[in-house]
Amino acid sequence: MPMQAQEIEELIRAAIPDARVEIRDLAGDGDHYAATVTSSAFAGLPRVRQHQLVYKALGHRMGGELHALQLTTAIPQE
Amino acid sequence: MSDANARIDALVKGNDVVLFMKGTALFPQCGFSSRAIAILDHLGVSYETVDVLQDQEIRQGIKEYSDWPTIPQLYVKGEFVGGSDIMMEMFESGELKTLVGADA
Repeated sequence: MPMQAQEIEELIRAAIPDARVEIRDLAGDGDHYAATVTSSAFAGLPRVRQHQLVYKALGHRMGGELHALQLTTAIPQE
Repeated sequence: MSDANARIDALVKGNDVVLFMKGTALFPQCGFSSRAIAILDHLGVSYETVDVLQDQEIRQGIKEYSDWPTIPQLYVKGEFVGGSDIMMEMFESGELKTLVGADA
């Protein structure tokens, strides 16, 4: 069962409250998404840890029903 | 340490650059694995690949080993680097080339 972009955004924002989340449906099939997540929670963390925070927010869905999420993380610029 | 974990550990520590992927370098079985291979080939670095589709124990075990839910996964000099998105970011910034020690 594919996930809705809004559901992905809500899960991320529930775990990372200050996150700015932009989601694009890459293939128009509700199954291949690109997400850019910007949060101060990423400050000082290596990229692997930044992505891990997002994956944790998505829980078991990641790699399961959400198998194709192209992820970019960023720290807000002042 | 479980059997799968010990095997993964040996692969990670026994190879300077190793990619756990779906399929093989010649025939990647998913777009993300294909992209990871394209990046490594572009860097001109020598690398090993492990096809997780051929081994269910490793396919599950690698996700626990790195606490990372998706494949592909790149390891350089024994350290987990990340998946294909991180590889692409690090490739574009030049960090990956430095990390793998590839010639300019």
